[in-house]
Amino acid sequence: MRHTSKDWLLAGLTGLSLLVILTLLAVLLGQIVWHGAPVISAEFLSQSPGADMISGGIWPAIYGTVFMTLLMTIAGVPVGIATAIYLSEYASARSRIAKVVRIAVNNLAGVPSIVFGLFGLGFFIIFVGGSIDALLYDDSTPVWGKPSILWASLTLAVLTLPVVIVTTEEALRTVPQEFRDASLALGATRFQTVYKIVLPNAKGGILTGVILAVSRGAGEVAPIIFCGAANFLPYLPTDLRDMFMHLGYHVYALATQSPNVDAARPTLFGTVLVLLVLTFSLNLLAVIIRARSRAALRS
Amino acid sequence: MTKLKDAAAEVPNDVKMETREVNVYYGDNHAIRNVDFDIIDRSVTALIGPSGCGKSTYLRALNRMNDTIDICRVEGRILLDGENIYDRSVDPVEVRRRVGMVFQKSNPFPKSIFDNVAFGLRIGGEKDKDLIAQRVEESLKGAALWEEVKDTLHKRGTFLSGGQQQRLCIARALAMKPEILLLDEPSSALDPKATAHIEELISELKQDVTIIMVTHNIAQAARISDFTTFIYLGEMVEYGTTEKMFTVPKDKRTEEYLTGKFG
Repeated sequence: MRHTSKDWLLAGLTGLSLLVILTLLAVLLGQIVWHGAPVISAEFLSQSPGADMISGGIWPAIYGTVFMTLLMTIAGVPVGIATAIYLSEYASARSRIAKVVRIAVNNLAGVPSIVFGLFGLGFFIIFVGGSIDALLYDDSTPVWGKPSILWASLTLAVLTLPVVIVTTEEALRTVPQEFRDASLALGATRFQTVYKIVLPNAKGGILTGVILAVSRGAGEVAPIIFCGAANFLPYLPTDLRDMFMHLGYHVYALATQSPNVDAARPTLFGTVLVLLVLTFSLNLLAVIIRARSRAALRS
Repeated sequence: MTKLKDAAAEVPNDVKMETREVNVYYGDNHAIRNVDFDIIDRSVTALIGPSGCGKSTYLRALNRMNDTIDICRVEGRILLDGENIYDRSVDPVEVRRRVGMVFQKSNPFPKSIFDNVAFGLRIGGEKDKDLIAQRVEESLKGAALWEEVKDTLHKRGTFLSGGQQQRLCIARALAMKPEILLLDEPSSALDPKATAHIEELISELKQDVTIIMVTHNIAQAARISDFTTFIYLGEMVEYGTTEKMFTVPKDKRTEEYLTGKFG
């Protein structure tokens, strides 16, 4: 095929946008690695921050981020997958409930993350936590009704829910209807069909979606500001009711709360680098799983 | 019942399935109107008619596969050995175990050949490995596929050729030891050689199983079926032995369809 001048123009424009994006990414990552890498050391990764927040390490923030991400995954992912299975496999196409759930999920996905933070504060901490306190304790000091890693994780679980539901439902829909028909025609129940045929064939897609949702949740800061992230807490959370440090929140704290913002800059970049490595490795895992499940379907 | 008597007089067999005033609705579309005829045990009954006449819809009513489609509604009675499969007390899962189905497009699971055939038994709760292995072999032999795959049972079923995949689907259905096997245009996607293979297989299978097949291929119905039902625009126009219908059709529409005036 011969290229006309219009083709060249279009090729040039699309190539240019590609270049812009690649440059942006390279500058962004380059700067972080350039400034952050020198700070990374065994001590930086394994020690608690010093009183000035600049010296010492960021271990409590790494630990807190991982702990919170695990709790969030345990709380949110099963609910999300179950909802998607209901929407895709059980709800009838005309079902009102399914329609309402879908609208709710789509709206939930569009809510700014800070609003989830307020929701966490209002619902989980004040309402749920406060109610537990009122029921169990006479004392006025709050036990459950205060920010903690539990409420922060639950808030993030709600935030990631729509992503899990949408990607899981998509993965379930890629399983050909013929497989379901074949299974049902062989005398399988609907549950057996979902469990033995639909889920195994959608596994790769579901896992990919879950990991992407989790990696998004792991890096979110706004929702946890009111819900349990601590500015400075040089010990590790041992109880669900403890507050915790978080890499993303630590970046925010270093940039705004530090007594000497300029001196904090290297630590800041080091923390950002660690956070990026954590979320990138989750994304990489998602890519590998997706590639593997595609290869498995082909062979 | 006179239609049945005509047919039964020539082939003395028992009635396996009776359909009584069956109506199927697809949303607002009245897809099948008052279809009423009998299926003789261990025979091959062909459902013929132009595309879109409701043959497949009707076939899916016979093992309650239409239950899985939200907008589809079935009225009337379908009696399997005298029992209405649409009765409230009847479990559709049980019906589908007794009335197997093979679809137009072959649909093996992305599992090994062995696991494909063993699927129905396993979900039915069968744990005995020897029995499963034995039934898999029997079923593959029954579907005339054993010789071709006996050394590659643990390869994926999706690697097989189109004709082999369709025979695998037949083997998978046979493993449940169904009393009736419904075939929805089982060879429409296959080349002539694979089609001949499937037709041969169907003629052998009727020793043990009652077969009801949808086909848009009139010649195929003539070759392998004992009885033929002609469905046109959702209505049953004519029913009888294949021999009689193809030589002296009673209805003018049947004659026109068989001679290729429309289709």
